[in-house]
Amino acid sequence: MSTISIEVGSLVLSLAMATAAGLIGCFAVMRRMTLAADALSHVALPGIAVAVLLRLDPLLGAIATLAAGTVLIWAVEWRTAISTETIVGVVFSVALAVGAMMTSGETLLDALFGGAGKITGLEVILGLIAAAVIVGFVAIKRHALVVALVSPDIALTCGIDVRRLDLMYLLMFALTVVLGLRYLGVLLMGSLMIIPAATARRLAGNLNAMFAVSTTVAVLATLVGTYAATLTHRESGPLIITVAGGLFFLSLLRPRADSV
Amino acid sequence: MNQSNVSNEKQAAASKAGHPILVVEHLSVAFGALEVFRDVSFSVARGSALAVIGPNGSGKSVLFRALIGAEKSSGVIRWAPGVRIGYVPQKLDIERDLPLTGRDFLRAKAAVARTGFDAIRRAIERVGIAPETLKRPIGAMSGGQFQRLLIAFALVGDPNVLMLDEPAAGVDAPGQERVSETLERLRERDGVTVMVISHDLSVVFRHATNVICLARGLKSFGAPREVLTPKMLSELYGTEIGFHVHDLD
Repeated sequence: MSTISIEVGSLVLSLAMATAAGLIGCFAVMRRMTLAADALSHVALPGIAVAVLLRLDPLLGAIATLAAGTVLIWAVEWRTAISTETIVGVVFSVALAVGAMMTSGETLLDALFGGAGKITGLEVILGLIAAAVIVGFVAIKRHALVVALVSPDIALTCGIDVRRLDLMYLLMFALTVVLGLRYLGVLLMGSLMIIPAATARRLAGNLNAMFAVSTTVAVLATLVGTYAATLTHRESGPLIITVAGGLFFLSLLRPRADSV
Repeated sequence: MNQSNVSNEKQAAASKAGHPILVVEHLSVAFGALEVFRDVSFSVARGSALAVIGPNGSGKSVLFRALIGAEKSSGVIRWAPGVRIGYVPQKLDIERDLPLTGRDFLRAKAAVARTGFDAIRRAIERVGIAPETLKRPIGAMSGGQFQRLLIAFALVGDPNVLMLDEPAAGVDAPGQERVSETLERLRERDGVTVMVISHDLSVVFRHATNVICLARGLKSFGAPREVLTPKMLSELYGTEIGFHVHDLD
């Protein structure tokens, strides 16, 4: 694949990642699980560190620890009496610390804040497939997710397996984190899933509007941040999140949708 | 569905009337060492109306949650095959700024129940929700509007059992009357089995086929006239209750 087509592929993948992040983040914000969702991305760091030590693809390590972190959150929510926030606050912060100890220099910076680096055609294709799976999941399961977030008890009587749905949602969330690690890193990826959705929650008056606003904010922040990174020769991750944050603060100027 | 199918279904429902749609035997629920209730047994006939009464904390809502499988329990809960439950929980804490409208919520039920939008129209007509109300976020609805929305939600998908946990809570007097009428009509016309948790003894007396009195266990189960005696009510609530059956005759 030529350099230009790889650059285009990387941009397309980043926009697909932003779309997935905008959509999946809506339910994290509506379910009030922003802390857990944001911290989940941190658990990728020790995976990346171990993979680098073993000379494996860092993404493989990230996938392994994210999958483990996802199952941990899910199990804690459903099987123990300990509050999810406590577990998330302890375990995922420790994971970040351990990962940071095992990594150093440029690898650590890239892992924390993202560093696009070189991307292969295969990575672009696999990434686009993953993004399509996430978007498809939200499109198909949005109704069940809505019922379950209003009342898990009502969802049960509608024949929805709430535990299974919860696990599927968290896995899709983790997959979105994996998609964004290259661009935003373990510290910032969670933010691209939370900030656009939080902006949309302020502006939208219904579910479809929330999806539309959240996706637009995520894509716009990614486009503007990437462009600004090219102009200033900086990494794109911090710029993307700064733009998203700016859009959120702008949204505060508008009265809430429910008070109009 | 054509007219004859509807008629056949009603006949089938009528022929099954009286057969238990739910059998509960020796049901117990405990939260760790705290026993909520134990050894509760009763059955619910198809097309009947069951009311559950009892003081606060007696386990009424827990009983309903156990029946729908949301609460761990021991004992036997046997629903008849083909049961479709419409459940209205007691109180839901919905954030005011949640960007979900009444329409989003009902459409979600229609999609999950694999039924058309026509079912939504029928449901909102039955409970008397104005279509404009459905455009509001569910967290911004009044207590009465949201309660009616929950009942409409339960009705989408044509349930044959309705379980309502204090459906009149937060609803104004005309609204309460409408809820009672709707439930009565659903039971009489469509053969829907209705199970209600209620504190309104006059409503229970008027509409229930059977009453369960719950207080850490089954205190009493039977027809309202047999169960709602001053002695039982006094035992149940631990105080004199100003409720007299002859007032309602």
